[in-house]
Amino acid sequence: MLVVNTEYIPGYEVVEVKGLVQGNTIRAKHVGRDIGASLKNLVGGELKGYTELLTEARREALERMLSQAEQLGANAVVNVRFTTSSIAGGAAELYAYGTAVIARADGAPASEPSTPSI
Amino acid sequence: MDAIIRVAAQFIMTILGLLLGVIFGIPRERAHLRELDQREAATAQFSVTDIKALPAGIVPAGGSLVIGQVVIGSDYLKTFLSRFRNIFGGEMRSFELMLTRARREARLRMIDQAQRMGATAVVNMRIETSRIGQATRRGGNPMAEVLCYGTAIVPSRGGEVM
Repeated sequence: MLVVNTEYIPGYEVVEVKGLVQGNTIRAKHVGRDIGASLKNLVGGELKGYTELLTEARREALERMLSQAEQLGANAVVNVRFTTSSIAGGAAELYAYGTAVIARADGAPASEPSTPSI
Repeated sequence: MDAIIRVAAQFIMTILGLLLGVIFGIPRERAHLRELDQREAATAQFSVTDIKALPAGIVPAGGSLVIGQVVIGSDYLKTFLSRFRNIFGGEMRSFELMLTRARREARLRMIDQAQRMGATAVVNMRIETSRIGQATRRGGNPMAEVLCYGTAIVPSRGGEVM
């Protein structure tokens, strides 16, 4: 699965748009990590616990988006966007969305006389 | 004595809040999900993408901003349970579902507006989420606004409207 945050994939041509795919997750760290982070916040610097939280959440959201794309029979997701929002204290939401498409390598023979559609 | 009454009153309010969540929150959520399924099935042919460029051979016509917007609130039960999740860490499924509902609703409202204009597709769609109101760890039900916007167009291929 090709995943890019541009509209075009270099060396490929988008032949069919399958539709919008998205994935989200809201995660929280256990209270020990919250306390650790608030202590760290006194002196500043990287809050490792929260970095980890957001990294995990981003990966999960991306994976959910990709599994939707697979279900639609796409082989690439273009124009991927990430947004983060905090909905409840101590928890973060990660939301990823993009357009699932079928992309064909430039010069590759069309397997079937496909007509572009959206 | 006063303290006991205050604690008892708070306890009763909590139970009442949880009951409200069970009696109203859960059935309303189920009803909304059913309604979303129906409306999505009805607009399944309408295509929405977040890219600007259409595949080669497809020509867009028209072009107008369309917006779908919704504010959603959690119920007391979900907020109560999420506090436990905050202690142990992990995924907050109830809020996930709440935001998914809001996004689906916002997207459908945007499609409604586009269809009223006679468009058959929306391109360059963007979704924004923002938290509104107070929702701290110590109280208040979280509220969120979802804004979905894009450009409504009428795509055609070889002079034929798709």
